[in-house]
Amino acid sequence: MLQIISLLVENRPGALMRITGLLSQRGYNIESLTVARTLDPELSRMTIVVDVDSTLRQQVIKQMNKLVNVLQAADLTDSPAVRREMVLVRVRTAQEARTAVLKEAEIFGARVVDSSTEGFALEATGDPEKLDEFIDVMRSYGDIETTRSGMVAVSLEAKKLKLQPPVLTEAR
Amino acid sequence: MSTLTNGAKMLLECLAREGVDCFFGYPGGVTLPLYDAIYDHHIRHVLVRHEENACFAAEGYARATGKVGVCCATSGPGATNLVTGLVDAMMDSIPIVAITGQVTSKLIGSDAFQEADTFGITRSCTKHNYMVKKLEDLPQVVHEAFYIAASGRPGPVLVDIPKDVFQAQGHYTPVTSIHLPGYKVFTEGHTGQIRRAAQLMWEAERPFVYAGGGIVAANASAELRELVELLDVPAVLTLMGLGALPSNHPNFVSMTGMHGSYAANMGMTHCDVLIALGVRFDDRVTGRLAAFAPHAKVIHVDIDPAEIGKNRAADVPIVGDVKRVLGRINTVLAETRPERKDRLAAARTSWWSQVRGWKAEHPLAPVTSDSEIKPQHLMMEIDRLSAGEAIVCSDVGQHQMWAAQLIRFNAPRLWINSGGLGAMGFGLPSAIGAQFARPDKLVFALVGDGGFQMSIPELSTIVSAGLPIKIVVMNNGYLGMVRQWQELFYNNRLSSVELDCFPDVEKLAGAYGFKGRTIDKPWELASALEEAVREPGPYLLNVKVTPFENVYPMVPAGGAINEMVLAPPQPVAVPK
Repeated sequence: MLQIISLLVENRPGALMRITGLLSQRGYNIESLTVARTLDPELSRMTIVVDVDSTLRQQVIKQMNKLVNVLQAADLTDSPAVRREMVLVRVRTAQEARTAVLKEAEIFGARVVDSSTEGFALEATGDPEKLDEFIDVMRSYGDIETTRSGMVAVSLEAKKLKLQPPVLTEAR
Repeated sequence: MSTLTNGAKMLLECLAREGVDCFFGYPGGVTLPLYDAIYDHHIRHVLVRHEENACFAAEGYARATGKVGVCCATSGPGATNLVTGLVDAMMDSIPIVAITGQVTSKLIGSDAFQEADTFGITRSCTKHNYMVKKLEDLPQVVHEAFYIAASGRPGPVLVDIPKDVFQAQGHYTPVTSIHLPGYKVFTEGHTGQIRRAAQLMWEAERPFVYAGGGIVAANASAELRELVELLDVPAVLTLMGLGALPSNHPNFVSMTGMHGSYAANMGMTHCDVLIALGVRFDDRVTGRLAAFAPHAKVIHVDIDPAEIGKNRAADVPIVGDVKRVLGRINTVLAETRPERKDRLAAARTSWWSQVRGWKAEHPLAPVTSDSEIKPQHLMMEIDRLSAGEAIVCSDVGQHQMWAAQLIRFNAPRLWINSGGLGAMGFGLPSAIGAQFARPDKLVFALVGDGGFQMSIPELSTIVSAGLPIKIVVMNNGYLGMVRQWQELFYNNRLSSVELDCFPDVEKLAGAYGFKGRTIDKPWELASALEEAVREPGPYLLNVKVTPFENVYPMVPAGGAINEMVLAPPQPVAVPK
């Protein structure tokens, strides 16, 4: 079953490898993964969608929380959260269908980001199921190419971030 | 401001400040600057004969002392040879700092000579790893590495250092604080859960303690003993925990698990409260999980939150340092001791008589013969000479299990073995580390004829360093444990398990300049071992034992632990 994991991690070389390594060493396939910096440039926010056996979901979160570079790993699968994804679609369409394409795009709240004689490039955001439908509709108008961003999610619960204070050493 | 120095000297300065007195390694091209700095440094570098053994020796040192063990290797093949030792330390939670050289920064990623992606390769076999890119980062990284290796659940940390960082010039700035905001170390334990645990312990009719390597790592033997005596509860130890409670303690039952005693495994199966301390419910302990301790409420204390509920759900989970948690539980237990004239007192008495009955029914009895040396006989003789005081560094296989069953240990850190990984070739090099750590101790390297042949190169290290290690080879001419499984589960089709060629140990040890001897008669055993122990230097004793002896009791893989095979003639079910 697909699990949505949100992580706050130190922006360090190897941090991504440690996290994906925990998944790949257990044979889990990552459906999508997004990473970007947070307000604090030393930290990154990561959203991973991964197919994990439901009995092992908690274990995966615990193992991620053990990683030195991970400040927080949370399971957003069943908790209140907003989940969004973006897709860029290039649709090649005949002249007579252009208006219809624009109409459909409007229904899905998509924006035209490029227009040429061959067709359009469209940008849509929404929950992944809505984007699936959007892509299906666009496919009916001609050849399409798509690039999906992968899911980003934000928790709606106020989770307190517990950070470890510095440990003083007698001048080593 | 300190004087100008280079990265290599700065690294040694960091090691010295961490209290390192010796470390184990093997030089190479990119670590030349480091070895130049070692040349006239007070920290002793022990030259091993293979990098894998540098890591095993560092583990032996760490396991014998509780201090961080340090090993060192060059880039490429040197670093890859460390991998088995790192995984071993990871599995058994042993604090290790491994230093590896890396090719010069500019060459990284160019397939340079002796380049390997050490940082990537060792990601999954370390608790954490680093690649140092700038000299300024070096002291912080090295001190962080020691802190991470030793704190929380201990483990190996690797620091990869490019050659140009060793060579760069700079000033050492003392490190005054370590800030790892995401590195969570849980120590105290939850007060409410501690009270619940104590209450459950007093209310139990059939309590049972199952303690392991976590007790050793946390130096919590005294607290464990206090708990066991306060509750007057029977206790078993895992392979990793032997010595955590003295073997001659009246409440100690035996080792538990696949080759644990009948009483240990029956106790686990029939208890109503299982007090699990610093253990991880390993498959070699639990057997078939669904049938493990089926009537028990589980109190589980561990410093690693990921171990709680990983294999068996805990009724009272306590995340914390087992030493501190046990100290607090003991205080609560002492305050809440109930009057014992009740129904529970009678239940406890009958539980003890049941456990004693199991012990008497199927004891871990010594097996001897008039004509040949039984492996168990060898362990009994080592036990007699050690009297619970010697360090025994075991390799992996049948001899390891017989030793764990039959040799007593009065204290923790005397029994040293590769528990989780089961890495053959561990026994002899770990004895090197242990003897360096404890020069005052009698150290046995107890190895099989298979594992010994993986470790022969280290005989020169033993001689060079003048270590009086007593190497005892339990020689049955087979890879005994694999043969045992082929015999029991593969219709006795013995495939590639016979070790039909073994060196003449008198000549072999003689070639290295020390004494060796082969014996095969039971009446020679006691005197030959005594001679080995009397010898001021190292000694290689090759003990030819009954070739086809098997380790019992045995829980077949996938079986329930109360369905033990107790002796050879009984039929054995093929595991699914």
